[in-house]
Amino acid sequence: MTQHRIDPLGALVTAVGAAALLWLPFVVLKPNRILPGDARSLIAVLPPSTTIACLACLILVALAALAMSKPPVRLAAALLGVIVVAAAISTAGDVLTPPGNRVVRVAPGSGFWVLLVAVGLMATDAITRLRPRPAARVLMLALFAAVTLFALAHGTFDHLSVMREYAVNAGRFAHEVRQHVWLALGSLGTAVIVALPLGILCHRVPRLRGGVLGTLNVIQTIPAIALFGILMAPLGALAAAVPLAAQLGIRGIGAAPAVVALFLYSLLPVVANTVAGLKRVSPAAVEAARGMGMTSWQVLTGVELSLALPTILTGIRIVLVQNIGLVTVAALIGGGGLGVFVFQGIGQTAIDLVLLGAIPTVALAFSAAVLLDAVVETMNRARQ
Amino acid sequence: MITVDKLSKRYGTTTVVDQASMVIERNSITVIVGTSGSGKSTLLRMINRLVEPSSGRVLIDGNDTAREPAHLLRRRIGYAIQGHGLFPHRTVAENIATVPRLLGWDQARVRARVDELLGVFQLDPAEFAGKFPHQLSGGQQQRVGVARALAAEPAVLLMDEPFGALDPIIRAKAQDDLLDIQRRFATTIVLVTHDMDEAFRLGSRVAVMSQGRVLQYDRPAALLTRPADPFVSRMTGSADRAMKLLSLTTAGEVAVPGSSNGPTVAASASLRDALSELVWRGAESAAVVDANGMPCGCLTVAAILAHGRPG
Repeated sequence: MTQHRIDPLGALVTAVGAAALLWLPFVVLKPNRILPGDARSLIAVLPPSTTIACLACLILVALAALAMSKPPVRLAAALLGVIVVAAAISTAGDVLTPPGNRVVRVAPGSGFWVLLVAVGLMATDAITRLRPRPAARVLMLALFAAVTLFALAHGTFDHLSVMREYAVNAGRFAHEVRQHVWLALGSLGTAVIVALPLGILCHRVPRLRGGVLGTLNVIQTIPAIALFGILMAPLGALAAAVPLAAQLGIRGIGAAPAVVALFLYSLLPVVANTVAGLKRVSPAAVEAARGMGMTSWQVLTGVELSLALPTILTGIRIVLVQNIGLVTVAALIGGGGLGVFVFQGIGQTAIDLVLLGAIPTVALAFSAAVLLDAVVETMNRARQ
Repeated sequence: MITVDKLSKRYGTTTVVDQASMVIERNSITVIVGTSGSGKSTLLRMINRLVEPSSGRVLIDGNDTAREPAHLLRRRIGYAIQGHGLFPHRTVAENIATVPRLLGWDQARVRARVDELLGVFQLDPAEFAGKFPHQLSGGQQQRVGVARALAAEPAVLLMDEPFGALDPIIRAKAQDDLLDIQRRFATTIVLVTHDMDEAFRLGSRVAVMSQGRVLQYDRPAALLTRPADPFVSRMTGSADRAMKLLSLTTAGEVAVPGSSNGPTVAASASLRDALSELVWRGAESAAVVDANGMPCGCLTVAAILAHGRPG
């Protein structure tokens, strides 16, 4: 059956991609990491044969985006698009870098990024239409991550500016990634330990609910930088007054205020979702559980929390994604994490260094969201 | 035997149950009936201590229920409620296995019991054991709820408006099933309802409650013929009380030796149904037959009518 309807999203993706190819620079060639460079289009950079192959592939992708309705075909086309765009930028890096020159920078231009977003949008749209099971989504993410990491390890993008920055910072990079993940997970973990009992208490004692949620709401409205500032003075004073605290690494700056601030931000979503989840549990199920001789603890863990778990996990997902983003700001007060590269890059006007911090942060947050969404959906499927 | 001894529940100045006393016979169905707010559910929930009494005692086979931890007491007493209260995140088999698991039964025994109960409630284990409650019809959910309450072979089963959410046809079936179950497991059942017809149909004894007090606790026929209180008369209804009385006796109990050319009536049929059949056929007497269709006596309209009035 042939369909002659043009796909609206496909039309948008094609238009944006074509505009990016025609009018935006695909790469920027800079004499060094700070000076502004020359914008080059894809056609001007790649060897003619490669250009033709590349454009032919992109036209195929655009045709699929416009006319194909089957999600697997659309997904395959989108992935082809991603591979072509990645190959093109990799080739551009190799072609433009003079042999042995470590000063010249080949930076992906706005045209590259817009093109990547266009094919990425097409891919996510195709995946949404495929409606894969949660496990399949996680598998896709793992495959994509594995291919990307393999390409990076293989040196495919080594001539690009961001990877040049990575080569300079390789030793620190792994450390800052670990620090980033540790700050995000550590603050989340402590928050869950506190928020879960607090949520249960708010559920059991309705009088507390307004006050607790109100207070946590106010904390949520304080901007991150202001909260770090507010915490500096008391934590500094604590470290000065209590030597043990200082020995444990609690100081006015560094990881301590970052963890405390992230912990405070994490409380509201977890407490609010715990209360909402417990409220949704059928009173008849709780009554029956008590009537059959479960202890209060068994009713709480076996029935109430079990039934509220998907809602509570949704709160935890919100917090994790939010924290991975917020940890970046912690670098400002010496907390470490990928924000270190972002703020150093801003200080040195070295946009490549900013990207070295920003891209992995986005990738981490995205992966966390996909993973936890899959867990929540699996639970909801099992129990409706 | 359950002895309810001057049981009261007060919340502040409000008395919900006021000095209720009753002796519940072993191996019988006792129904507590009353309007909403009469305290009937509270009285039931004091038996398994979901509500702690303000004063008074409950004795089961002579043992004071206050002497053991409430959750251990409840594991020995079945409990089924309106809207079944099944755990939505557990399968039918897991739901039924709740109390046996709490009691630490081994896997094989739990499995055997779950399969047995599913069979008793006409639910094929192969089909239903692995289903989740939301995949069942209302009647099936209710049956699983009762099966779960009976899982650990309790001597006593408490039921709080168990059939309240069912439509009339399924409800009648559920009531018949309950009578069978009671006979099969010889359970002592205490059931709360606001429906007098249900009370008459199920109860060997019925307690009528109003405003926290047990007004009368007696056999159904006595509630009709000797109401202790005007409220009891209002609850039982006076317009069709003769018919209600007839519905409490079976044809087999009244049949006398002899034969009849009239229509045949099953020995298990109520006098109300037998009279209806005779009126319909225009006959003066009916032949009563047992479950195997063998004649076991005859029944006249006059004999039926004699049972439809007090004394």
